Amino acid sequence: MFDYQLLIQICGLTVFGAPFLLLCVLGVRTLVGRPLSERTISRSVHVAVVTGLFASLAILGIMLWTGTRHVPVDLVTWVSIPHYHFAVKLMFDRLSVPFVILTFVLCGTISAFASRYLHRERGFNRFHVLYSFFVLGMVTASLAGTIETLFAGWELVGLSSALLVAFHLERAAPVRNGLRVWTVYRISDAALLIAAVVMHHLASEGDFDKLLMNGDWPEGQALLSESQALAVGLLLLIAAAGKSALVPFSGWLPRAMEGPTPSSAVFYGALSVHLGAFLLLRVSPLLDLSFTLQAIIVALGLVTAVYAALVARVQTDIKTALSFASLTQVGIIVAEIGVGFRYVALVHILGHACLRTLQFVRAPSLLLDYYVIENAIGNLPTQPSAAWERMVPRRTTLWLYQLALERGYLDAWLDNGLAAPFLGVIRRCDALERRWVQLFTPRRTENEEVVESALMPVDSL
Amino acid sequence: MISDLHFSWLEGAILCPLVGAAFVATLRDSHLARKWCLLFSGLTLLCTVGAGLDFQISQAAEADDPWHLVSRIFGRELLLIDQVSAPLLPLVALLYFLTQIATVRTKVERFPFASSLLSEAVLLATYSCKIPWGIVALMALGTILPGLEMRSRRRPSQIYWTYMALFVGLLCAGLYYLERAEPNSTEANWAALVLGVALLIRSGIAPFHSWLPDLFDRATFGTALLFVTPMVGAYGIVRLLVPIAPDWLLHTLAVFAIVSALYGASLALIQREARRFFSYLFLSTAALVVTGLSNMSHHGLTGGLCVWLSLAISLGGLGLTLRALESRRGRLSMEKFQGLYNHTPNLAMCYGLTALAAVGFPGTFGFVGSELLVDATVESHPYVGIIVVLATTINGIAVVQTFFRLFGGAPYLTSVSFQIRTRERYAVLLLAAVVFIGGLLPQPIVASRSRAAEEILRQRLPADQPEQAHDAVAIGK
Repeated sequence: MFDYQLLIQICGLTVFGAPFLLLCVLGVRTLVGRPLSERTISRSVHVAVVTGLFASLAILGIMLWTGTRHVPVDLVTWVSIPHYHFAVKLMFDRLSVPFVILTFVLCGTISAFASRYLHRERGFNRFHVLYSFFVLGMVTASLAGTIETLFAGWELVGLSSALLVAFHLERAAPVRNGLRVWTVYRISDAALLIAAVVMHHLASEGDFDKLLMNGDWPEGQALLSESQALAVGLLLLIAAAGKSALVPFSGWLPRAMEGPTPSSAVFYGALSVHLGAFLLLRVSPLLDLSFTLQAIIVALGLVTAVYAALVARVQTDIKTALSFASLTQVGIIVAEIGVGFRYVALVHILGHACLRTLQFVRAPSLLLDYYVIENAIGNLPTQPSAAWERMVPRRTTLWLYQLALERGYLDAWLDNGLAAPFLGVIRRCDALERRWVQLFTPRRTENEEVVESALMPVDSL
Repeated sequence: MISDLHFSWLEGAILCPLVGAAFVATLRDSHLARKWCLLFSGLTLLCTVGAGLDFQISQAAEADDPWHLVSRIFGRELLLIDQVSAPLLPLVALLYFLTQIATVRTKVERFPFASSLLSEAVLLATYSCKIPWGIVALMALGTILPGLEMRSRRRPSQIYWTYMALFVGLLCAGLYYLERAEPNSTEANWAALVLGVALLIRSGIAPFHSWLPDLFDRATFGTALLFVTPMVGAYGIVRLLVPIAPDWLLHTLAVFAIVSALYGASLALIQREARRFFSYLFLSTAALVVTGLSNMSHHGLTGGLCVWLSLAISLGGLGLTLRALESRRGRLSMEKFQGLYNHTPNLAMCYGLTALAAVGFPGTFGFVGSELLVDATVESHPYVGIIVVLATTINGIAVVQTFFRLFGGAPYLTSVSFQIRTRERYAVLLLAAVVFIGGLLPQPIVASRSRAAEEILRQRLPADQPEQAHDAVAIGK
């Protein structure tokens, strides 16, 4: 009899191994100072993505053929010491397989686009190294069979995204925005890590198939009580909110558009912006345990959707407008997850990601598209205002307009309400430290200080 | 039981830099001095790697040199290698070798090669010694060289001398009274407390850390780096404190360390000068090591020992990268963007790798250790333990912020090439290899640290047999 299990193991290894090898090849060549040529890089990416795609399609085919809904693949026991095991485990099920196929399809499309879009750009190699980081992170997070593995993929996605936002390092704005994105991602990572540790201690398990027992996704039952599920679920929701730019973390999404168009398309329009929703889908049996948690998720999703729809209307550049349009859909997807429509949410993610990638990729040609439309209709395209808009009082409209223009003051609220007081306290501590050190340091004459500062650059080794 | 190594690796590892220091000190040509220094440093590295491999092959709990030269001179066996020190010896030798090899030609005149070899010998002797008074004497000796260097450069060193004098004084007093006190008595507890404070000072744990940023500010970067990154304070905690300290003291130490980790990370975030940033990053991450070592669980200790190794490598590499940038650009201010990426993409990559390893990023050396540490800390101190996660989060933000400040912004205009030099490239590649191999294949290292943790816990006998642990520390078994 044919050994399907062995074939799935091989395909599983290939799905993970293809992007991993790609990263090793591009990374090592960059590290030794001998980057590959543009053509070789493009071909390598093409081969890796297509190999991964076919392997994941093969797994899907086998699962459909054999009627299997859940296939765990143990890659390697990374660390094993008494009472502690860290296994890299992949999980193929109804959630992970569509998501990983989506990842390969969109990444393949974008790599083909990027090889032309970034032709002869100075950062061609750097873009593709970061891109391979991203693909590996997405595949790892999508297929993660343990929460620790998911965390590893989650972090890879975060780092590559932030560095790609700051791709144009020679300009200050992308660098500042890259740091902003990284800061929000780190907060999200911290929430996920705490959730992982808490889950490990409450259930003594890190494997999803043991944590969410009694059934394959989306069925299953979590091994936690209602209050525990609420606590862990709220941490996971913070993690998801950071990654998917839900309110109040939405401010990073338009800033992320500073990166090159291919990365904006595949990361913030399509894949990484859905990763938070994916996390909620992955732990959906846990959400079922607490009605309060579900209500909070629905509320957060709807608030985000309304907020993003409002803000998207006043944007003056296409990438930012698309990013908020994308966020509107992500908010609705999160609300669907909260209500319990798991399959609807999954299909919504798949469709939305593909549409948005297409729109982002077309974004640089927007003016051309408008010329074509105008030529075709012989006039400027107009959009009649909706009936409800005419019913809203003018003052309210103006207030909403200002609110949308300022993006709901979310960034200002986070900066002034959270970051500024924290940094203020730390700066005071720093000042106290310097004064304490001054007590030990003898006063010097002005001449000595001038001599020392003049010597400093050359004598600094 | 103590077995013999197949060759006198330990004595060789200490003798090489000692002879080298004496010889290099006689040379007037600094370029020649550098070449000889590299030779002696390379030989030392070989000896320490040999000692580590020989020890692993022998599979003994402890091993010493076969010819017993030191025991013939001092009357007792001073140099030993065991599970704790086996990877530390090559690590120290590697750090010194990399620092010396990455010293660029233009700075050769200023780098104290002879003194660096001497401090290497002292440090290797410290890590090979298990006798408490021997450790105390060597730790005290190790504090002298950086202070002398600051004095020779006419930099204010009062704060350094004050803290180090306090450290040595408290260390001697603690050990002295510990030997004379009855086990488990109030006097023994006070003595252990004094010992603990001394080791907190040397580890740079808040609020005893003010000497640390000051040292980085005033000493040469190389000297400051080699003084702090091997984490001698952590070694003192493992050898002198953990076997005898009462539970409450280790708990207190852990809480101090956890709070320090958050405090250091927060201060690293707001620094506008690269050296101060590095010193606070070190403070925060070293505090995590102390957190692990003060945790009395097997996981916590294993995590602490793993993070110790990974941090020594990653922070050593990060420090060397900043030092290489300083040698090109002068003191690195982060008030505005420096725009160095286009000049030195390789150094940018090296910074990225080592910085991410220092904050325990997945796929790097520090990841599994950090996971173990977080796991054990949350288990033993559920609420306070979350601070460890916050500290690593803030550290992650701080290192990326510094990366952007140093390498981002309008390209720095210069007519001089800032490109990486061949020797620096070797150092970068070696570090990258260690960071990645340790990250992708962590099992051998983690397993070895797990055995070391078992060994430490075995020394820390149960409460009904405190006399044996007390005696073991007192006589240096």
